[in-house]
Amino acid sequence: MKLSENWLREWVNPPATATELAHKLNMAGLEAEAEVMLPVLPKGIVVGRILKTAPHPQADRLRVCEVDAGTGEVLQIVCGAANARPGILVPAALPGAILPNGTQITKAALRGVESSGMLCSASELGLAEKSEGLLELDTSAKPGTPIERHLGLVDNILVLELTPNRGDCLSIAGLARETAALYGIPVSAPRIKPAVVEPETRINVVVEDATACPHYVGRVVEGLNAAARTPDWMVERLRRSGIRAIHPVVDITNYVLLELGQPMHGFDAARLRGAIRVRRARAGEQLKLLNEQTLSLDPRDLLICDDSGPLALAGIMGGDASGCSAATTTIFLESACFEPVTIATGGRRHKLLSDSRYRFERGVDPALQRQALERATALVQDICGGRAGPIVEVGTAPHHVAEIALRHSQVNRLLGCEIPASRIVPLLQSLGMSVAPTGASSWKVKVPPHRHDLRIEADLVEEIGRLHGYDNIAPRAYAAELAPFSAKETTRQLDRVKDALIARGYQEVVTYSFVDPKIQAQLDPATPGVPLDNPIAETMAVMRTTIWSGLIPTWQYNRQRQQKRARLFEAGAVYALAGDANREDARLAGLIAGPAQPEQWSAATRPIDFFDAKADLEALFGSALQYETAQHPALHPGRTARIVRDGVAVGWLGALHPKLADALDITDALYLFELDWAAVRDIALPAPGGVSEFPSSRRDLAFVVDESVTSDALSGVIREAAGPLLRHLQIFDVYRGTGLPAGRKSIAFGLIFQDYSRTLNVEEVDAAAHSVAASVHARLGGLVRD
Amino acid sequence: MNATSAPNLDDLLITAQADIAAAADPRAIEALRVDLLGKKGRVTDLLKSLGAMPHEQRKAFGEQVNKVKELLSTQLEARARALADAELERRLASETIDVTLPGRGEPAGALHPVSRTIRRIEQIFNSMGFESVQGPEIEDDWHNFQALNIPESHPARAMQDTFYALNGARLLRTHTSPVQVRTMLDRKPPIRIICPGRVYRVDFDRTHSPMFHQVEGLYVAENVGLADLKHDLTTFLKLFFERDVEALFRPSYFPFVEPGADVHIRWGDPDKGTRWLEVLGCGVVHPNVLAAVGIDPERYTGYAFGMGVERLTMLRYGVDDLRLFFNNDLRFLEQFK
Repeated sequence: MKLSENWLREWVNPPATATELAHKLNMAGLEAEAEVMLPVLPKGIVVGRILKTAPHPQADRLRVCEVDAGTGEVLQIVCGAANARPGILVPAALPGAILPNGTQITKAALRGVESSGMLCSASELGLAEKSEGLLELDTSAKPGTPIERHLGLVDNILVLELTPNRGDCLSIAGLARETAALYGIPVSAPRIKPAVVEPETRINVVVEDATACPHYVGRVVEGLNAAARTPDWMVERLRRSGIRAIHPVVDITNYVLLELGQPMHGFDAARLRGAIRVRRARAGEQLKLLNEQTLSLDPRDLLICDDSGPLALAGIMGGDASGCSAATTTIFLESACFEPVTIATGGRRHKLLSDSRYRFERGVDPALQRQALERATALVQDICGGRAGPIVEVGTAPHHVAEIALRHSQVNRLLGCEIPASRIVPLLQSLGMSVAPTGASSWKVKVPPHRHDLRIEADLVEEIGRLHGYDNIAPRAYAAELAPFSAKETTRQLDRVKDALIARGYQEVVTYSFVDPKIQAQLDPATPGVPLDNPIAETMAVMRTTIWSGLIPTWQYNRQRQQKRARLFEAGAVYALAGDANREDARLAGLIAGPAQPEQWSAATRPIDFFDAKADLEALFGSALQYETAQHPALHPGRTARIVRDGVAVGWLGALHPKLADALDITDALYLFELDWAAVRDIALPAPGGVSEFPSSRRDLAFVVDESVTSDALSGVIREAAGPLLRHLQIFDVYRGTGLPAGRKSIAFGLIFQDYSRTLNVEEVDAAAHSVAASVHARLGGLVRD
Repeated sequence: MNATSAPNLDDLLITAQADIAAAADPRAIEALRVDLLGKKGRVTDLLKSLGAMPHEQRKAFGEQVNKVKELLSTQLEARARALADAELERRLASETIDVTLPGRGEPAGALHPVSRTIRRIEQIFNSMGFESVQGPEIEDDWHNFQALNIPESHPARAMQDTFYALNGARLLRTHTSPVQVRTMLDRKPPIRIICPGRVYRVDFDRTHSPMFHQVEGLYVAENVGLADLKHDLTTFLKLFFERDVEALFRPSYFPFVEPGADVHIRWGDPDKGTRWLEVLGCGVVHPNVLAAVGIDPERYTGYAFGMGVERLTMLRYGVDDLRLFFNNDLRFLEQFK
């Protein structure tokens, strides 16, 4: 909201500059900034009256005007504006004048006709971005008056961004009240005298929903001068608040909205049929609004209706059919209080923004309606003339909206500092509250209607803290007990795992939790994702069920930017539908792609493979995890491991399925892993055994087995057959090719035997090796390779 | 063998010394040692011939031969050592490498800047006695709004547009406050926690991301007030920015706190002009919030605060485009090593 500083100062005049005032308001919780309205004022521009116009002899679009600019002589000024006509008053820039944009005006000949200056539009005065034609001024303006004086152009604009609870400050009156409290000075509001009621013309009002409309007042004003125009001072004040002048009645209701904070509406009474009715919409009803938009109404919409149907969407926007026009001579002025939730939900439902909605959804003073109506009536009579009918009133205006018990102890407790009672009472009174003691250090506080945001004790404490100044509350070091806490040693810390990955060359990424459903359907077809009701893009429409849905596009993005290799990881949640609800699980996922090493000078590189990725997981999780041959729809059928811990599946590791890689246009080697973080978090405490002092003996055995036999299966048989003396088993070679039949491979093991109490003799080690060979042959068909 | 061959001894010595000096490698030295001092060496022979000498000559000649033997032995050893040293030097010279070539293998990666900031924030608050707590990101209306004193159609709802799922039955949390709600439901005061994590709002432009990160904090105990909040947050800001940041607490409005405040810090080069930047929202926990989670607001009070991680990251590292955080361009991320 923007307001003119000059206007505010008519109500309250603090001993402070606009900038100082804005700072003070900020520190009281009202975000405000002061801007100079016109950084450069026009110079040498005065009010001028066009006396006569004549066509320009050389140019069809120019006119030669005779102008009285109060200089004592008639000036000849050439002008191109379409609205230049005798009798109007306009800004006239005389020779020597300087426009706010720096243009200097001199006496000049325009296509052969001399021109002693220039007649100005609003934009030439810096009052509008764009404007058509000359700025027409009040007919009562005096030629020769400097334009900056006539329009009061020396002004600052206060730009306010108020929090939703402070609807009471969305007006000159509200801001003046707050300013007065902050500076401890009085407010001098303009006197509003009730209008003299002349005709008995009235339009009855029926409020069907008193909860949604607790207070409604209205009256007819008839006999308006349809040719009246809104005076310059009002047009300027509206303009400074960003509101364009349209029609005197509309301008007056807008003016009262800015001045007092009461949204009003002026109906053309000639277009009303029967009584005004405030009711909810009926099925199928429609309403064409002032902005020409036609609404299909919802039964929850609150309407202003007459016998012919809906007239306006209550508190949000008026209708097209019942508004004031150039022909209007009788009006019905509405000043009502609507309940905030009804207005907020209605406005949101129809996506309608208006100054009226903005105020009603923040709450309008429920006692303001009559005062605003009288103010508007007086302005209408001043500007358009007319006779006022009696006020029709439904509902009542409350005197106060809350009675709150306030304890001195609670003020000190919530603020954390001592504020003397002698300070508390005046601070509250300065905000218009009535404060009555109920004990030695407690009060009963009555809240005025405009502060409906104050409902409980804590609200009053904030008011006290705010006016006392948060700056004046000294920081207090905590004296409370600090319960020590520490991470469990048997729980793996994510930060440590992240650091280990980073040390192994991984870069952490953070991708969106919502992903492209098309990619995800290919990566994880079996898990139902959680779709968003209102996604911002098709490619961000479903919650990820696997972090791969974010990692793969991240690699594509970087690949397109000439990255040759990547090691990426992300830790975060994945989300899935679970029956009618959803579940959320923490995952740790990685992607490696491209060459195994960065380009370097000392070794040939090779594409990454399964065992590069597996080595990283082994480095992080040691032997806690096992890897089983398995199938995953997104992974290469021959290069996929299900990761298992104590028999429970906890994740996947494998190469991106070549079909998928093709579809995604990925040509590099690419491996993925993902772990269920909760399932791999637990870590056993180290329980070290002794260290043997006796030498170990090694036997190397290479077994030729079918391709289908895994090294894990072989190791298992070997361990079992070798017995308890086998300390360590090491695979040192895998061979296929010359010397071996097709479909067979050789895996070479180093078996290290050792005992804790003695040196083993050759015979028992040989016996163990023989038993291993026999067992491998019997159970896996493996032969020892010589 | 001539028994009176003293002059021969001198010749032998001179020739042998010349030979030793001329020896070019360890093999030549070894050959000379065998030729002179070996079992059948020339000096050894002379010693063997002593027995045949007359007694009076034997002693004097014997002393001379032993002297020569010692001398040659020492010189052979010295020459051998010199040759070995020279050889080692040659070898070492040939083994020289260019130590300025880059090392082999994998350079380290880096934490994402957002994680990096969250970690810093957590470390600071952990040291101040705040425990980090996590909670779900897909929430329900009660935990995200109602329990926080934000009822249906409260104007505060218009301030943040929300992602909904399951036909409105669920929503993506718009702040990490629901974690505070869940913690207060689970535990008894005193409670001192921070809640870092992802949050979501329907907003996507240069300065807004539909997903971003927050760290919120909560302290509930007997007699916690605005003064404690001011102390703890100014302490945090000083530790985070590693300097004496000037902080301003300005009254503000959030439905879940009362009194409420936002915190601004003075930012910019003092010589070129500074401005106040909003970095935090905070306040004393609203009694309705305490009541909603079954904590007696008459006995306990608390404070809560919330900060945007991306904003702090941008300030701390001078990043000016929010989108950089979620593009995950490695050329950007690598700079946080």
